[in-house]
Amino acid sequence: MSQLNNQKDYKKNAKSYQPKPNYVINCIKAFFVGGAICLIGQCLQVFFIHFFDFTEKTAGNPTTATLILIAALLTGFGIYDKIGQFAGAGSLVPVTGFANSITSAALEHKSEGIVLGIATNLFKLAGAVIVFGVVSAAILGVIRLFLNNLLG
Amino acid sequence: MKIGKQTWRYQNKLYLTSTGTAAGPLEAKGPLGSSFDKTYDDLHCGEDNWELAERTIMREAISFCLQKANKQESDIDVFLAGDLLNQTVTSNFIAKENQIPFLGMFGACSTSMETLAVGAELVDSGFANYALCAVSSHNATAERQFRYPTEYGGPKPKTATYTVTGAGAALVSKDPSPVMVKEATIGKVVDWGIGDANDMGSAMAPAAADTIAAHFQETGRTPTDYDMIVTGDLSSVGSPIVKQLLWEKGFNIDNVHHDCGLMIYSPDQPVFAGGSGCACSAAVTFGYIASQLASGVINRVLVAATGALLNPTIIQQKETIPCVAHAVVLESAGGQ
Repeated sequence: MSQLNNQKDYKKNAKSYQPKPNYVINCIKAFFVGGAICLIGQCLQVFFIHFFDFTEKTAGNPTTATLILIAALLTGFGIYDKIGQFAGAGSLVPVTGFANSITSAALEHKSEGIVLGIATNLFKLAGAVIVFGVVSAAILGVIRLFLNNLLG
Repeated sequence: MKIGKQTWRYQNKLYLTSTGTAAGPLEAKGPLGSSFDKTYDDLHCGEDNWELAERTIMREAISFCLQKANKQESDIDVFLAGDLLNQTVTSNFIAKENQIPFLGMFGACSTSMETLAVGAELVDSGFANYALCAVSSHNATAERQFRYPTEYGGPKPKTATYTVTGAGAALVSKDPSPVMVKEATIGKVVDWGIGDANDMGSAMAPAAADTIAAHFQETGRTPTDYDMIVTGDLSSVGSPIVKQLLWEKGFNIDNVHHDCGLMIYSPDQPVFAGGSGCACSAAVTFGYIASQLASGVINRVLVAATGALLNPTIIQQKETIPCVAHAVVLESAGGQ
């Protein structure tokens, strides 16, 4: 009979009513915001090498720590989620996004107490990243060990 | 009296004796900002956490409602309330405070009309002289309950809705007032296979169409008999869908349809597809629409509050969203 009044095909037919995400614009936004975060990181690294006793290898740690601190503060001030809505993956993928996921969970669950609230929920969002990071690192480590031994 | 299968027509003259509304900061800046009895300029509403803030908002809406009717809590026979939190705790705590015999209800965002329909029915049948109906929702408590931490930077799609911070309360009795409660159509649960919790407009539209169509069929009325047909929170995605679904069934509601989720915010506010939440339909109906009816600008309104009956677990288990819509007919008493 009619087009939309059809339970079976509704999910497919309703698609024409739903606004589509604009992938091209989203990619451009993510590229520039993500790039800007990396640029800040690069500036910090140069700063630490020039003004402190760090080498190119060791400057990574204070750089990351500073970025995490900035992201945590921006989360607390209620700014990072607005950047996230604009930039998408651009602010989600860098280490600042990881810091935001932890800080926002801590803020959210503060009212439930330090142990069962903050500590339990701290890695609610970031936990998956850590699990897959550790597991994939272990698997790749084993593969590399075998390859090294095989190739002598 | 039952008409058809789903529609109740109240036998006595029932009135919305008084209403009370409260709303958060973003709603206060919206087009209906001046229609709320109380607005807050901060989401915390002076409380330590979001859950306490939501309770304060509901408490305030109820206190305005009772104050306008010049009633004490002890005068009320039954309190019907609901919200979006687990086990409807906001309502439970308010019921603990006010000590009115309590029926907690859950119909997600359709709870506003669910409580009103049942409250009116209790007054109509004589089991209560005064029934107090209230619902609340809070953006931050709903975010925590259904989505991510408030400050999490994950982007949301354009189809997502923004939970309204607010509360609405209504007192139903036989005491005359300018707004009458005439009929209610109780909805069936409808699930047409949408499983995206960020697109509740598409999910709920078939439920709204089902209830509204049943209402027309059972009462024998047509959309032209209404000055407004209001859906709860279908947003800019679900509104065109419900119009199309009803048009295909032979009911053209284009000229009279409004959606509370689109009325409560202006298009330039950052709310994605529109507002949602129990308070969305309640604050708009008990504030703006009730005042329009009271002043006689409009005469008959059908409010179909829509609810997505989901929780985060079933969404993660890849289930689709069961939805329901409950409709209530409000009429202007026309100087009676």
